[in-house]
Amino acid sequence: MTSVTMQPEGVAPARPTVVAGFTVNAASVRLTLDPRESLLDVLRERLGLSGTKKGCDQGQCGACTVHLDGRRVVSCLTPAVQVDGQAVVTIEGVVAPDGTLHPLQQAFIDHDALQCGYCTPGQVMSGLACIAEGHTTSDDEIREYMSGNLCRCGAYVGIVAAIREVADRAEA
Amino acid sequence: MIPAEFNYEVADSVDHALSLLAGYGPEAKLLAGGHSLIPMMKLRFARPSALVDIGRIAALSYVEQDDGHIRIGAGTRHHDVHHSPLIEAGCPLLSFTAGLIGDPQVRHKGTIGGSVAHGDPASDLPTVLLALDAEFVLTGSGGATRVVPASDFFKGFFETAIGPEEILTEIRVPKLGASSGWSYLKFSRRAQDWAIVGVAAIVERSNGGIGSARVALTNMGATPLRASSVEQALAGAERDAIPAAAAMAPEGTSPTSDTNAGANYRRHLADVLVGRAVEEALGGP
Ligand SMILES: Cc1cc2nc3c(=O)[nH]c(=O)nc-3n(C[C@H](O)[C@H](O)[C@H](O)COP(=O)(O)OP(=O)(O)OC[C@H]3O[C@@H](n4cnc5c(N)ncnc54)[C@H](O)[C@@H]3O)c2cc1C
Ligand code: FES
Ligand code: FES
Repeated sequence: MTSVTMQPEGVAPARPTVVAGFTVNAASVRLTLDPRESLLDVLRERLGLSGTKKGCDQGQCGACTVHLDGRRVVSCLTPAVQVDGQAVVTIEGVVAPDGTLHPLQQAFIDHDALQCGYCTPGQVMSGLACIAEGHTTSDDEIREYMSGNLCRCGAYVGIVAAIREVADRAEA
Repeated sequence: MIPAEFNYEVADSVDHALSLLAGYGPEAKLLAGGHSLIPMMKLRFARPSALVDIGRIAALSYVEQDDGHIRIGAGTRHHDVHHSPLIEAGCPLLSFTAGLIGDPQVRHKGTIGGSVAHGDPASDLPTVLLALDAEFVLTGSGGATRVVPASDFFKGFFETAIGPEEILTEIRVPKLGASSGWSYLKFSRRAQDWAIVGVAAIVERSNGGIGSARVALTNMGATPLRASSVEQALAGAERDAIPAAAAMAPEGTSPTSDTNAGANYRRHLADVLVGRAVEEALGGP
């Protein structure tokens, strides 16, 4: 990564920019970034991936959850320049190429695990990680490990049921 | 919410980070997990001229041990502190508490060093490290290091002993022995929340009673605090001394009132939680 901060004398200071390369859903991207841009804003505004939602922009709601090198993180508190060299997976990378929903997405529909749907992409990304991390041994454990994802519509019962179903199926 | 403009630099070593810090001067800040600093920058409570990213220095992320201590690299993420078998074996109080921070997403990014360096009295790890008599290794220019005990480290609200051209590089924690019982109780309304009040207790058991006790408080003042009167009252005491000792917990504290709780309620919580934490650390009937 290179950082460009030099400014010729007598000229209005140029905005600092940084070039970063990373993958999003396995596709390589290379962008010249203002270091202030969050990964969330870059996904939505620059890459057209508006599935990832902005709820609070303060790390508290989980609507912007993505996977970074396999770990779930909130993209609103992740400066995009920081993911240089890393692999990002968003909700758009979860669906099969032919459009078939991931089993967890289907389970959300089957269990009425959403009302307005705004929190849902974050819930699904977090739920996938919760299952992969193995934190599904009880409903209480699922609730604890999904505590970073708020749902203003209160669809929690359905969300836990959807995660439970997919986790049990994976074990069977 | 967009922060004020800043320059961004990636440090590939502690030396490199120190020279970048020196180059940018006192307005520059280190960036670790970003989970305390970035929210403050978005609200423009913090406006650093430059961020020196130490989050990718692999050499700052480790857990090692020697005879009496666990040594933890400042860049170790909360998730990795929580899951470290070495910490679990040598200092289960610390791995347990790391698992109570925020939520899984926060624990995947936030670091133990960032948590200590930020100096927020509502943070969980500083309290536990204060109770454990941990030591903090600070590295300055030319690689010179100094070691600051936790008791001298937390200076005020968001203020620590770290100098402007120093980096916290290692946290050293004395191992707990077989006769030590421990507890960390965090009172909050939702699983993800910060502590309204938190209490760390470590009890050296002796003949079914208390040999000595160490008790520290989260969010009861400008810094994490040791509850010295409680500790004195518990030294060499029996179990039935716990309620009277716990009632001294608010002594020397200066809790704030905020949307979560008033100062009086926090003092009440300190009393109740200290009693429960010491009971839990003592164990048994
Ligand atoms: C939604 C949410 C919930 C949270 N809940 C909790 C909670 O319940 N309990 C809790 O304790 N914390 C909580 N946190 C805070 C979290 O633990 C932070 O990760 C942590 O406090 C700071 O660590 P960081 O690595 O993110 O530091 P950063 O935000 O990167 O840095 C914080 C400060 O420390 C400085 N710094 C960082 N590393 C070093 C170093 N090695 N040497 C010198 N200075 C350094 C930085 O310059 C900055 O000033 C929460 C955060 C969020 C967003
Ligand atoms: S938008 Fe990122 S956590 Fe709310
Ligand atoms: S479905 Fe509306 S916020 Fe969760």
